[in-house]
Amino acid sequence: MSLTSDEVRRIAHLARLAVDDREAEGFAAALSDIFDFVEALNNADIEGVAPMAHPLDAEQRLRPDRVTESDQRERFQDIAPAVEGGVYLVPRVIE
Amino acid sequence: MEWETVIGLEIHAQLNTASKIFSGAATAYGAEPNRQACAVDLGLPGVLPVLNEAVVRKAVMLGLALEAQIAPRSVFARKNYFYPDLPKGYQISQFELPIVARGHLEIELDDGSRKRIGVTRAHLEEDAGKSLHEGFGTMTGIDLNRAGTPLVEIVSEPELGSAREAVAYMKKLHALVRYLDICDGNMQEGSFRCDANVSVRPAGESSFGIRTEIKNLNSFRFVERAINFEVERQIELIESGGTVVQETRLFDPDRDETRPMRSKEEANDYRYFPDPDLLPVAIHTEDIEAIRAEMPELPDAKRERFVRDYALSPYDAGALTATRDLADYYEALVAACGAPKLAANWMMGDFTAALNRSELEVGDSPVAPAALAQLLARIQDATISGKIAKEVFDAMWAGEGDADAIIAARGLKQITDTGAIDRIIDDVIAANPVQLEQYRAGKDKLLGFFVGQVMKKTQGKANPAQVNERLRARLRGD
Repeated sequence: MSLTSDEVRRIAHLARLAVDDREAEGFAAALSDIFDFVEALNNADIEGVAPMAHPLDAEQRLRPDRVTESDQRERFQDIAPAVEGGVYLVPRVIE
Repeated sequence: MEWETVIGLEIHAQLNTASKIFSGAATAYGAEPNRQACAVDLGLPGVLPVLNEAVVRKAVMLGLALEAQIAPRSVFARKNYFYPDLPKGYQISQFELPIVARGHLEIELDDGSRKRIGVTRAHLEEDAGKSLHEGFGTMTGIDLNRAGTPLVEIVSEPELGSAREAVAYMKKLHALVRYLDICDGNMQEGSFRCDANVSVRPAGESSFGIRTEIKNLNSFRFVERAINFEVERQIELIESGGTVVQETRLFDPDRDETRPMRSKEEANDYRYFPDPDLLPVAIHTEDIEAIRAEMPELPDAKRERFVRDYALSPYDAGALTATRDLADYYEALVAACGAPKLAANWMMGDFTAALNRSELEVGDSPVAPAALAQLLARIQDATISGKIAKEVFDAMWAGEGDADAIIAARGLKQITDTGAIDRIIDDVIAANPVQLEQYRAGKDKLLGFFVGQVMKKTQGKANPAQVNERLRARLRGD
């Protein structure tokens, strides 16, 4: 299976990664190689094997419904780039 | 041309847990911004989600109430998109293996018939934070208190045929989650909100038309108005030669219309994949049975029981089982007064009116079931008339004491002494010779006038039936 550089650019955009045209070519080739490698799995006989959602053969542990976190807003907001009146500020996102 | 409407609803219900779905931060509504957003909710590096047991239990309850399949293994997935109120860059949700699938809910239509609506699935996910676009100049404010709040998204089959049916379904589900006590149902606070997928097709056509999605409807009224507008818009568009564009729209209640949402580029490519931070959630048969054992009686079953046990009409039973609190109050009242029909009339009449006037919920009523039962007992033993009882009830509501105390303090006890009533009647007749003449000349309608005069003189304390009977006799001259 091979990936085109257009597809690479689209995926990069979805992931908000800056990838220029020359890099896109290179990534397309490298990612295609990875796909080819993974493709080998398609040759495995999986008759009767249940699909796997996680490599560990274990179940999710559950936590009791209790409030255990205390308010640490000041500590978190000390390291934020911009804060006002307790809210985090980001560049305006609405058109 | 005849058109047919096809609607499917996606309802987000916030589960009423104390802590968040994957962190131990509080979920209480209305806290100062970011006071309930911990490192996990902020998506700081190195944190890991740990699933809340109550979230799983509440979702299973919902699944059982919808007679759905509870997945023995369900899987959390990452839904990837970028928005500042989603700090991790993905929302933890469920995709291929939701916790609940293939249930149904029965709604009642306007003509009284019932229709079964399929529920495709219900899955667990975390809510995002809140973006504040006003008041921060060129910036947007982000409050992450809501981030990580547990949600269950309930997706219906496209089987709702009108805005009315959509509202009936939404109300039914709203009552259900409140009965189960898994969601507070507060729509103003966004605890229960709805997206509607709407399309139209020529009547009889089996394939679907192109649909639009109306986002974030947070009241029953808005759901109805938004769908009605959207159906009209689509029909007009198609009939004038256009085609419906598949898009997301927002309802503007002030202008009563839907408008396309700003185009979120490639918004639908969420690149779901199983979240490696979370293991599959296993639900064993014994877990399900333990949860089933603690389920409350559901609205439909309660309604049927009310019709059967209390001889109520289906309408009255429906009204009294609309919420669990109302039904509990009614049952306590009936247990104390033993008069199911009288209790039903009072609850649907004066009691509900008083709640509405005071903007109170049943649970906050200043008049407890036992106190109301005492009042109803005084109607039954003829101490007071139904009319006087309303006055006593208002006084009880205002906190003036119990029924007996108010009746005594205000001297409202009904006059049953026939001698006393006769004397008043005689006074009234003597004071109105002209009317007496006319009555005796055949103007029967004047009886009402005399009754009114007597009731006025007794300040409503005479027994109306008794007054009628004795007055007739006196007027005839017996």
